[in-house]
Amino acid sequence: MKINELIDSHSELTDTAASKSAVVLMTRIRLARNLAKHPFPGWAKDAQKREIRDQCMQAVAALPQMKRGLAIPVETLDELQKQILVERHLISRELCHAKSGAGIVISKDQSCVVMINEEDHLRIQVLRAGYQFKKVWNTINTLDSDLEEHLDYAFSPKLGYLSACPTNLGTAIRASTMMHLPALVISSQMEKVVRAVNQLGMAVRGLFGEGSDASGSIFQISNQTTLGESEDEIIKHLNGVLNTIIEQELNAREKLVESEPNKLSDKIGRAFGILQNGYLLNSSEAMNLLSLIRLGIDLGIFADVHRAVVDRLFIECQPAHVQHAAKGTFDPSQRDLLRAEKLRMEFAKMPAPDFSNTVR
Amino acid sequence: MANSLKCDVCSKPATVHLTQIVNSKIHKVDLCEACAQAKGVTDPSGFSLADLLLKASLNPEPTGDIRCESCGFTQQDFKKTGRFGCPSCYNHFSVLLEPMLDTMHKGVAHTGKVPQRALARKSLYERLTQLETELDQAIKAERYEDAARYRDELHQVKQASSPKEDA
Repeated sequence: MKINELIDSHSELTDTAASKSAVVLMTRIRLARNLAKHPFPGWAKDAQKREIRDQCMQAVAALPQMKRGLAIPVETLDELQKQILVERHLISRELCHAKSGAGIVISKDQSCVVMINEEDHLRIQVLRAGYQFKKVWNTINTLDSDLEEHLDYAFSPKLGYLSACPTNLGTAIRASTMMHLPALVISSQMEKVVRAVNQLGMAVRGLFGEGSDASGSIFQISNQTTLGESEDEIIKHLNGVLNTIIEQELNAREKLVESEPNKLSDKIGRAFGILQNGYLLNSSEAMNLLSLIRLGIDLGIFADVHRAVVDRLFIECQPAHVQHAAKGTFDPSQRDLLRAEKLRMEFAKMPAPDFSNTVR
Repeated sequence: MANSLKCDVCSKPATVHLTQIVNSKIHKVDLCEACAQAKGVTDPSGFSLADLLLKASLNPEPTGDIRCESCGFTQQDFKKTGRFGCPSCYNHFSVLLEPMLDTMHKGVAHTGKVPQRALARKSLYERLTQLETELDQAIKAERYEDAARYRDELHQVKQASSPKEDA
């Protein structure tokens, strides 16, 4: 498969029918693995990195899970293509900046990705729309075991999988979910939630990971520690925290509907109006408007079938996707025009909000 | 307060004092304004305690300069990047690493998944190398009975491990 084919084909996150989850947009697990007896990517010479990449890329691409997928050195991709993969949560920003010797293998359905020579030799990642840790763990566990058949991992019985950074040592797992928490944001409870979650040893980040903002009220929540607990325990622990957050969010929604139904309906109605009629929209504003529409769907103001549309637009209104759809590179103000045009088209067909459930 | 506290990073007078409890252990960090800003302590959402403690615990420089024999990575390199150079660094830097792990993770020992196939492959390889060495030595010492035994054993281990053509 070629990169442009992959970009234009159906993907797990943009074309899934499983958008039933009110709060959790996506579940993802990442495992860091390194080859025994080889320097980590940050310390390896360019020639060593290329050798490691060739070995890893060949082994990964040969896996049955990667059949008819894409396997490609990062330096052969242009900036826009890399950015699209970042916006789909397939690769990290760090991998984009890799100068040489980095590689990517992506499965045909874009649910399994292996980054080669990012911070570690291998960053194996499986993602699924919705809240599905069990399925994601089973998939990645098999993928990892199959790969281990062909590659000698750096492993110590005492310290577990050896990673470039000691913060990933042990299981080298990062389990995370992307959560849509508009009611906690509207009712100014998010700071409190972040603090509590941090204290429980979990990390909260914005939509695109470290350092990104939380536009669209979307947060990424993941485990922070990797050594001393098994993968099952880490996921179980995280699940517990996530379920509490889901409950908090749903309570906050109920409270908003009860105490300020008119204010809430107004916000959602205005968002719909701007999406249908706006002429310039930057990505942050678009994300926030889409977030309100998604909240409206969860509250029954719009029909359920539109949830998948909003989830797709969360990704398609990002800068690189907007440019790719318009077949060119455009500066930010031109992008705002293109983005608004796309959103006007998407929302022209959507029936008007029905407030009979919220307004009283 | 007779003597004012110094910043753990740069030794200027500390004005930010942070006490946090991680895994029921108290960690105290003193920082000057500039370092606190640089570490993001003033921004509660973006501040990573693990990172801070990691660097703070390295500051006293306990054992001078350690160097990884396999890849040449030094203690200075680790201080700069917070990452290691190769898997063997974990052996060479264990003095530095052990106190850090305690604050960084839930425990200090791995209890999760084990790469069964890779480990089996490794132990098989070690067994074969050992038998080959013993065979060589036996031949050199003209202990032919022993040599014959090692040869047979080597043959057996090889045959048991090679994949069967069909079931």
